[in-house]
Amino acid sequence: MSKQTVLNATHRALGAKMVDFGGWDMPISYGSQIEEHHAVRRDAGMFDVSHMTVVDLEGERVRDFLRRLVANSVDRLKTPGKALYTCMLNADGGVIDDLIIYSRADGAFRLVVNAATRDKDLAWITREAAPFAVQVRERPELAIIAVQGPNARAKVQGLLSPELAAKAAKIGKFVACEGDGLFIGRTGYTGEDGYEIIVPQERAVELWNRLQAAGVAPAGLGARDTLRLEAGMNLYGQDMDETVSPYEAALAWTVALDEGRDFTGRAALERQKAAGVPRAMIGLVMDEKGVLRHGQRVVTANGDGEILSGTFSPTLGKAIAFARVPAGDPGAVQVDIRGKLIPVRVVSFPFVRDGKPCDGV
Amino acid sequence: MNEIPGDLKFMKSHEWARVEDDGTVTVGISDHAQGLLGDLVYVELPNVGDTLEVGAGCAVVESVKAASDVYAPVAGEVIKVNSALSDKPETINEDAYGDGWILVVRPTNLQEDMENLLDPDAYAEQLDNEDD
Repeated sequence: MSKQTVLNATHRALGAKMVDFGGWDMPISYGSQIEEHHAVRRDAGMFDVSHMTVVDLEGERVRDFLRRLVANSVDRLKTPGKALYTCMLNADGGVIDDLIIYSRADGAFRLVVNAATRDKDLAWITREAAPFAVQVRERPELAIIAVQGPNARAKVQGLLSPELAAKAAKIGKFVACEGDGLFIGRTGYTGEDGYEIIVPQERAVELWNRLQAAGVAPAGLGARDTLRLEAGMNLYGQDMDETVSPYEAALAWTVALDEGRDFTGRAALERQKAAGVPRAMIGLVMDEKGVLRHGQRVVTANGDGEILSGTFSPTLGKAIAFARVPAGDPGAVQVDIRGKLIPVRVVSFPFVRDGKPCDGV
Repeated sequence: MNEIPGDLKFMKSHEWARVEDDGTVTVGISDHAQGLLGDLVYVELPNVGDTLEVGAGCAVVESVKAASDVYAPVAGEVIKVNSALSDKPETINEDAYGDGWILVVRPTNLQEDMENLLDPDAYAEQLDNEDD
């Protein structure tokens, strides 16, 4: 029996097509997935992401704990409200999960981790936290609604109390504020501006309905996937997992090898860096018609790799993908689609930012 | 759900076939199938002149979500393909039984092949059972 978010009946009443996602019964689309995608790029859309796991951390040594737990440096969070994207690694440098860490006013921290990895994440975090006497508290009573798009912030602010609206209007990107029982982060997974709103479950349906009345389009996990791939953002389980280091998943920017910080996996990453990272994650665009998909073989000058995330990009009107390939200049790259080798271009990503194709894509 | 036209016959795998006045057979996918796939973004068509066996893959339809083979409901030679689908694959979403046709076959074993297909009532019944 799959789990349901508090918005499940709301999705069904809107006619959503539901699918199993990491053990949760979630909307993949409410009608046209492509229209939902465009709504986020051009105006404002919202996603129920209540399946994701909110974990609150408290304790005197919580900062020390986070310095050890994750590969990015929590010391970058100098003021309350700041957020950090990072990976949590095992001793071999493999990615256990990717997550966002928010600092909060009272020295506490809030983590948001993936739904499909909830059990192993909680077990790992709880075990690692014990020596630091840090309290780990899952918050299943909280729902999350991500409101994304060029008009998303204004539409959300219009529904808040004047005090909270003023706070929410002021926060910069990757910063959160709190008030009236809501936790509002200027974060997201679409490459557009917007908020992710953590709201008590019993208020989530009302918030959703008010957002819809304000012209925010419900969007499903299908559009979420095409939006995040256009935005060059990784999906755990598809683009990286415990057998892949952040260096092999284009996440070097999230690794802080700062002086004297002994985070789990650091020694393995330093060994890998010294010896040479064997594989790289690259971005691909296909100018021919067709769709790049997970698992397709990628032929490069240095040997074969494979497509990780691949999709049709509604903004570009052509297929885009991440691929993991042997390190080094890949030369002319081709993808094996049903036995035919189709030429593709290697491009840097994001593919799309703020609604527009990036240069060279 | 759209009305299923009475002059069509179906495969369990959701392809439809219609015998035209000149004895050729037009082939497409059902409205139900396009609904399952969602927004179509690519159709890989066969070549005119290709020979089809019943149940062999004769085209591929791809939505944002998934790629799906289209199987030949009748044996024969492909004499026409709907090349308009190359630029407008979404035509299948909009009109699966009309402008969204995929190919036309000159059949080699028409009567027997058509008899092996489901009539609209039997196909509708299959869809009802799938929903359960």
